[in-house]
Amino acid sequence: MKRLLSTVAFAAVFAAGAAHAQVSDGVVKIGVMNDMSGTYADLAGPGSVVAAQMAVEDFGAAAKGLKVEIVGADHQNKPDVGSNVVRQWIDVDKVDVIVDVPTSSVALAVNEIVRQKNKVFLISGAAASNLTGDKCAPTTVHWTYDTWALANGTGNAIVKTGGKNWFFLTADYAFGHALERDTAAVVEKNGGKVLGKVRHPFPATDFSSFLLQAQSSKAQIIGLANAGADTTNAIKQAAEFGIVKGGQNLAALLIFLTDIKALGLETAQGLVFTEAWYWDMNDANREFAKKFAARNKGLYPSMVQAGVYSAVTHYLKAVAELKSDSDGAAVVTKMKSMPTDDKLFGKGTIRQDGRKIHPMYLFEVKKPSESKGPWDLYKVRATIPAEEAFRPLKDGACPLVKG
Amino acid sequence: MFEIFGIPSQALFGQLLIGLINGSFYALLSLGLAVIFGMLNIINFAHGAQYMMGAFAAFFLLNFVGLNYWIALLVAPIMVGAFGVVIERLLLQRLYKLDHLYGLLLTFGLALIIEGLFRNYFGSSGLPYRVPAALQGGQNLGFMFLPNYRAWVIVASLTVCIVTWFVIERTKLGSYLRAATENPSLVRAFGINVPRMITLTYGFGVALAALAGVMAAPIYSVSPQMGSHLIIVVFAVVVIGGMGSILGAIVTGFGLGVIEGLTKVFFPEASNTVIFIIMAIVLLIRPAGLFGRRA
Repeated sequence: MKRLLSTVAFAAVFAAGAAHAQVSDGVVKIGVMNDMSGTYADLAGPGSVVAAQMAVEDFGAAAKGLKVEIVGADHQNKPDVGSNVVRQWIDVDKVDVIVDVPTSSVALAVNEIVRQKNKVFLISGAAASNLTGDKCAPTTVHWTYDTWALANGTGNAIVKTGGKNWFFLTADYAFGHALERDTAAVVEKNGGKVLGKVRHPFPATDFSSFLLQAQSSKAQIIGLANAGADTTNAIKQAAEFGIVKGGQNLAALLIFLTDIKALGLETAQGLVFTEAWYWDMNDANREFAKKFAARNKGLYPSMVQAGVYSAVTHYLKAVAELKSDSDGAAVVTKMKSMPTDDKLFGKGTIRQDGRKIHPMYLFEVKKPSESKGPWDLYKVRATIPAEEAFRPLKDGACPLVKG
Repeated sequence: MFEIFGIPSQALFGQLLIGLINGSFYALLSLGLAVIFGMLNIINFAHGAQYMMGAFAAFFLLNFVGLNYWIALLVAPIMVGAFGVVIERLLLQRLYKLDHLYGLLLTFGLALIIEGLFRNYFGSSGLPYRVPAALQGGQNLGFMFLPNYRAWVIVASLTVCIVTWFVIERTKLGSYLRAATENPSLVRAFGINVPRMITLTYGFGVALAALAGVMAAPIYSVSPQMGSHLIIVVFAVVVIGGMGSILGAIVTGFGLGVIEGLTKVFFPEASNTVIFIIMAIVLLIRPAGLFGRRA
């Protein structure tokens, strides 16, 4: 029942210098698709388009003889809407690479279309670890984070500090199921137990009924396997129902900068969670964040938006090297063969199964007294080194991995 | 402790109460819709946006003017109601003689524009609003922990619903209103200013939505899409209750809240569809709704 699908074209057009680049139809066309209007619009949304634009500018595409154009679209968190946009983008509008796509159910659908059409799919927003597991594709790179990495970071940290009995509050779609599955595996591997779970519709507003079920399970930890407004609402209402005061703890398995901002430090303080990137970790990040905020209504970048920047940068490098963008699988193969290096994520690699490898961080939300500014929200609890941050290659059951 | 269908009775009582609390939001919102439809014959699709505006008004009053929740409870509905009056004067007034569909399209368009504007300025992740100090904490009822704020929501919403029903069905003013819907020109002949009455009725319906918005602000995120999530369910409630029936809207609102609450225990995955299943069944058996009069 929302607005008609609106495809807003942001033209970041750079005059092509030399005409030697053999790029399909002369233009590298980047399609940023995500939730532009719903619950995930602040953590991805128009900000991801801004991040892609900044990546193109910083790359200096024009000087390298590449003509780059960026288009954006709203998938409304619906796989059917997302599939239609991507088909039209590839078949009619000659889009070469699809970027971002939060909401795993949409990403899984897009993954298959891009594989079929042999274009490139750079995932920053979606989480399901299946995208580099049983559903991995030679045309897909999963950039920023995934459910396995979140489970590994947050799940491990909590079980090791004594949170053995879990109850899951899970968003009832591909992402929630994947996050619940990966976290349950970590909990059980460390000797913990899953006492129960309840799957709520996505999106949901009132969690009191589900929280009451979690409360009566007597689990020590209530794992929130959801995201965006679902998570912030659940946390707010848990405070209201005295769940934390009653001795149970919440584990926000996926939470973003914009969510913490929406909750306010008063409610969110002390939450421990895993992310791939935070703006206040080094000078390069801080400088990027300031420039980004100036172009994005004052909102600081989330890890998803930073991931879009990083992914687009590496993609352009590969295309410039190959001097071609027409064969998606070839571009991704090239991307995998080159080490990644950009100002936000530093040095890294892309694995055979399409998984981008970099360190993950365990963060804690600051107390109101520790925060020095409206976006000063996290402190680093631990760094999970790159080689431990993601699912081992052999455990993913990705058909691309031989041997 | 005994069990009902494998669920401990304690948990079940808790869920019934939670259902009633959610139902009080449905009742308050569907009441406004029913008043507007009953008196104006307008299907007010902007109701969700107006509910959202109420929550935002409370947020602005607190953060920019320094007025607390209790004052917002009074002022926010007046502000949003006044906005409703302006819309009625400028736009809706021109549509009364036309088919329902025009009013529906206009209000739906308005809802999209209002939501889009709020999203553009305030983003989609929502703004924090705290539970007022006097209502923090809660009571341990033995079978559940009831936050004081939720108890207040039930009491306040029931009071507003009963008063509204009483005014419309049992007072002189209400009888003018009902008469004006039946036969406006006759009522005018008695010297009553019908257009003004209609305008104020719309303003009142909108104010009810804003009141629900203020009450929702401390427990749900104050976000531009908070209304669009709720409005479809509320429409289903109004249809089940019978379009335009005041009592129907109230009773169905609370009733469906309870049914939805129970679904969240027995089959949580279906909790957002159960209301529509009930709507389909009711429409098959009683097309005018449970409390509707046959047209």
